Amino acid sequence: MIRYTMRRLVAAIPTLLVVSVLIFVLIRMIPGNPALVMLGDDATSTEIAAMEKRLGIDQPLFVQFVRWGANMLRGDLGNSIYYRIPVTQVIFSHLEPTLLLVLYSTIIFMLLGVPLGITAAVHRNGFIDRFCMTVSMLGLSMPGFWLGLTLVIFFSVRLDIFPSVGYVMIREGGLLESLKYLTLPALAMGLQRSASIARVTRSSMLEVLGNDYIRTARAKGMIERRIIGLHALKNAANQILTQAGISIAHIMGGSVVIENVFNIPGIGRLAFDSIIRRDYPAIQGHIIFVAAVYVFVNLAVDLLYKFFDPRVEYK
Amino acid sequence: MNYARMWYKYKSVALGGFMFLIIVLVAVFSPQIATHDPARISMRQALQSPSSAHFCGTDEFGRDVFSRIVFGARISLSISISVLLIIGIAGTFLGLLAGYYDLADTIIMRIMDGLMAFPTVILALVILTVLGSGISNIVLALSIAQIPRVVRTVRTTVISAKQYEHVEAARAMGASNSRIMFKYILPLCISPLIVRLTLTMALTVLNEASLTFLGVGLSPETPSWGTILSEARQHVSTSPYLILLPGAAIVWSVMALNILGDGLRDVLDPRLG
Repeated sequence: MIRYTMRRLVAAIPTLLVVSVLIFVLIRMIPGNPALVMLGDDATSTEIAAMEKRLGIDQPLFVQFVRWGANMLRGDLGNSIYYRIPVTQVIFSHLEPTLLLVLYSTIIFMLLGVPLGITAAVHRNGFIDRFCMTVSMLGLSMPGFWLGLTLVIFFSVRLDIFPSVGYVMIREGGLLESLKYLTLPALAMGLQRSASIARVTRSSMLEVLGNDYIRTARAKGMIERRIIGLHALKNAANQILTQAGISIAHIMGGSVVIENVFNIPGIGRLAFDSIIRRDYPAIQGHIIFVAAVYVFVNLAVDLLYKFFDPRVEYK
Repeated sequence: MNYARMWYKYKSVALGGFMFLIIVLVAVFSPQIATHDPARISMRQALQSPSSAHFCGTDEFGRDVFSRIVFGARISLSISISVLLIIGIAGTFLGLLAGYYDLADTIIMRIMDGLMAFPTVILALVILTVLGSGISNIVLALSIAQIPRVVRTVRTTVISAKQYEHVEAARAMGASNSRIMFKYILPLCISPLIVRLTLTMALTVLNEASLTFLGVGLSPETPSWGTILSEARQHVSTSPYLILLPGAAIVWSVMALNILGDGLRDVLDPRLG
């Protein structure tokens, strides 16, 4: 398993390298001079030239990339133009709300999606199945930001249960207060993703429920709840897990919109603000970070397969 | 012909197709359906509730929201169809090359893997920052961000199709590589491609709405569903109807395409279901 993990990590290097090249080239194509952005419109040409030299952007593109890549391998993503501190520090200072949002949304979509999918599979082609699948189709078709705004109308404006925007850091207001601020955004993301989890759960459960060992378990008189919970769900778990991994990556990526709606100071909001402010090192750093998370989540999902299915072998 | 069986088989296609047809008709006949000029500003009529004069009320500039939603269908549809055409043609070509030639596979799929590791909205945001605003740039940005899945779908089909006997026979008969690719393999890619493109079109509607909601890509005067929602969010507490109706239009379109895509998959390629 360790060898497999190492090989997967090595295999991820070309992907991350391609992401680095793509983002590096894209960022350099953005119109405008980063030195001018840092110094402001009043800067003289001498000051701009000095700043370009300091940032290393007076060098050929290839030299800039090699230098940036070498620094990145050492964990140095450069300094943010806007915050004037290392990008890694900026990302980590914005990480807490996003991580908590991803975790909260994951709990919501798993708690809603899996039971919905199981219920649909157990009542295959019946009214309940159709109802569950219609609900999931509806969830799949809703933009997360619209769902978020709709939740604000009902739970913040009408009922005044949850705050409509903002976030309080855990160290300032405690975990419960932070979760209160994240409930509506997490619901918006979680409800949307639970739709795809429900669909995958249904199809993988149907596949498993048609197997001989399920028929044998029924013939032996095992109660249905035990068959579903113990035998079927465990064997359907890997496909659900794969979809959960995809959903987590989606939430990470989608956080740029939802954090904007709810004014949450997470890394999604940071990415959007950095693009608007032309903070090139911060944009690069954010994308490399999200791409790395994407690779690691996929790897974690692959490694979890064995937990649910001991037949899985890592070669 | 057993109509009951036929209905059972094609019901999702019929339902999704019907829902989508309504959007197409609204987009085509938007000047006839709209009750007002969607760009006409009238500050005296700002933020009016739904009434017989304004079915969905008016926005902060007094513009008729119903007319803006109707014209929004035109924007959304023209963007998603353009993206569909670009990724359909370019994605098929790249997928064919990647599936057929090993060297092309290594190069193209590494780039596609790299693009897939980017969150779609962020990649589109960066591309739009490079290119600037405008419908053509939003089309290009969304095409680049969404092409990897199409390439992957075609590539997977090509890799299995290469082993089929009729392809082997064509090769043995001395058919050129381009003839094998376009005459014998391409027809096998059509079914999965149609399904993938339909589902990608649904994603395009969502992503376009997300981008314009963030205020990127289109000017605020353009009546797209995302920009209508973006302006309406300032008035979420006083005029919630401004949020509900444009969102319902997005849900309707995406749902139509998702149902159509699912139905086409069940009919054309049941193994994928």
